Amino acid sequence: MRTPQRLGLAAAGLALFLAIWEAAPRLGLVNPAFLPPPSVIPGAFWKEITSGIWFGAVLSSLSHYLVGLAAGVGCGIALGIASGMFRWFESATAWIVRVLRPIPGLAWVPFAIIWFGVQPSAAVFIIAIGVFWIVFFATQGAVRGVDRDLIEVAQAFGFRSSTARLVKILLPASTPGILVGVRTALGQAWMAVVAAEIFGVPGVGQRMMQASSLLATDIVVVYMLTMAGLYGLFDSAFVALQGWLLRWKA
Amino acid sequence: MESVIDIEGLSLAYERDGQRTEVLADLDLTIQPGELVAIVGESGVGKSTLLRVLMGLAKPSGGRVRVATGDSRRPPVALVFQDARLLPWRRVISNVAFGLEWRGIPRMKRLERAKAMLRLVGLGNLAHRWPHQLSGGQRQRVSLARALAVDPEVLLMDEPFSALDSFTREALQDELQRIRAETGKTVLFVTHDIDEAVYLADRVIVLAGTPAGISALVEVPVAHPRSRHDPTLAATVRQLRTELSARSAEL
Repeated sequence: MRTPQRLGLAAAGLALFLAIWEAAPRLGLVNPAFLPPPSVIPGAFWKEITSGIWFGAVLSSLSHYLVGLAAGVGCGIALGIASGMFRWFESATAWIVRVLRPIPGLAWVPFAIIWFGVQPSAAVFIIAIGVFWIVFFATQGAVRGVDRDLIEVAQAFGFRSSTARLVKILLPASTPGILVGVRTALGQAWMAVVAAEIFGVPGVGQRMMQASSLLATDIVVVYMLTMAGLYGLFDSAFVALQGWLLRWKA
Repeated sequence: MESVIDIEGLSLAYERDGQRTEVLADLDLTIQPGELVAIVGESGVGKSTLLRVLMGLAKPSGGRVRVATGDSRRPPVALVFQDARLLPWRRVISNVAFGLEWRGIPRMKRLERAKAMLRLVGLGNLAHRWPHQLSGGQRQRVSLARALAVDPEVLLMDEPFSALDSFTREALQDELQRIRAETGKTVLFVTHDIDEAVYLADRVIVLAGTPAGISALVEVPVAHPRSRHDPTLAATVRQLRTELSARSAEL
């Protein structure tokens, strides 16, 4: 199919979706309090912006998101490298990993509250745990999969310490694999943001809970779309960064 | 003149699952400065193991190996691998500069030297390409430039042209001859191609047996630059073939 045809179909599909959505509450098929028609969303969005609530919620969520993501990705990469490089480290941590890995990130909520209180740091903790394992396993696999032949090149030219091996070969060679993990983490972290804020830390998630308890479903939808937009923004920016970092690939 | 490589009674064995395998036994070899010595032998005979010993990546189990070190800033050896093994995330020029990065040479100096080496192998205009944008022959030239950049006492080459098509291979053989004339580098060249060995080398060493030792040593009495059609070269190739078939008949 040619590009204009595809774009036309995509637009038509979206229009149809919005039309059905608009019609359902208006024709009384569903209670408008449970499902607001899309036409009321821009108004609700405007109100959230002019009252300043939107910026506050988004800024606070973004700060949780970025700090949590940075912490989880940083630890994941560091420990993933250690585990991929050193057999002894992998063996020493094997059972710990086996016990901790299957615990869902949200199962840490009780401890997050006990340790940090209903504070931004609790949200950061939940988000960091949510992305840690993804990045850890991606990094470990990528480091272990580095071509032995390239490591031999480093040895042949006198780079024999493990630091040199890491900086000259392992890190650049495993960057593609690590970035795949980080991109998955980017999406996973948004889920964790909502989950972490639903228990009361200020941000988008908390605002959604407030709105839903007042049956202000239009505001809930505003924030759902806000998150979709932010995720799209971050993902596109990341894909661009990834393309630039991996411009050496064929 | 002081030799650059001096190997005396070298033997190497490794143990796996309590089984001792001898790869090299009682090998003697002396290489003079500026010489090109070719080592031929069947695959798996231990040619690459010998190179690994010279690089210090494998430990001999007996004998003495001495590689000259001119001064502390120059490594004794540098290797050109069979497959070019460029680092795909580095541009051509930074691949060539790779071996200079631990010697405390400032970045500008490194790049200058890399550029000069690229010009030497005829790729001065491709400095900023990525390795995946090069042909097989160009990649092998870059690999050669990378090894030359560190200015080693001895250039080790491990079947460097065997993966190339025959036109490219001949072009690179001539290129190596020209570079050797320009730089006076000592070269130890491993190959399984007898014609190549005779065309390039001052001396050809045949490695054979298990464990492997030097089974024949043939001088190639033709001055450089050489013609591929030189009858003496053809005669030397015949002589070597005879030696080799006599060897394999013995075994």
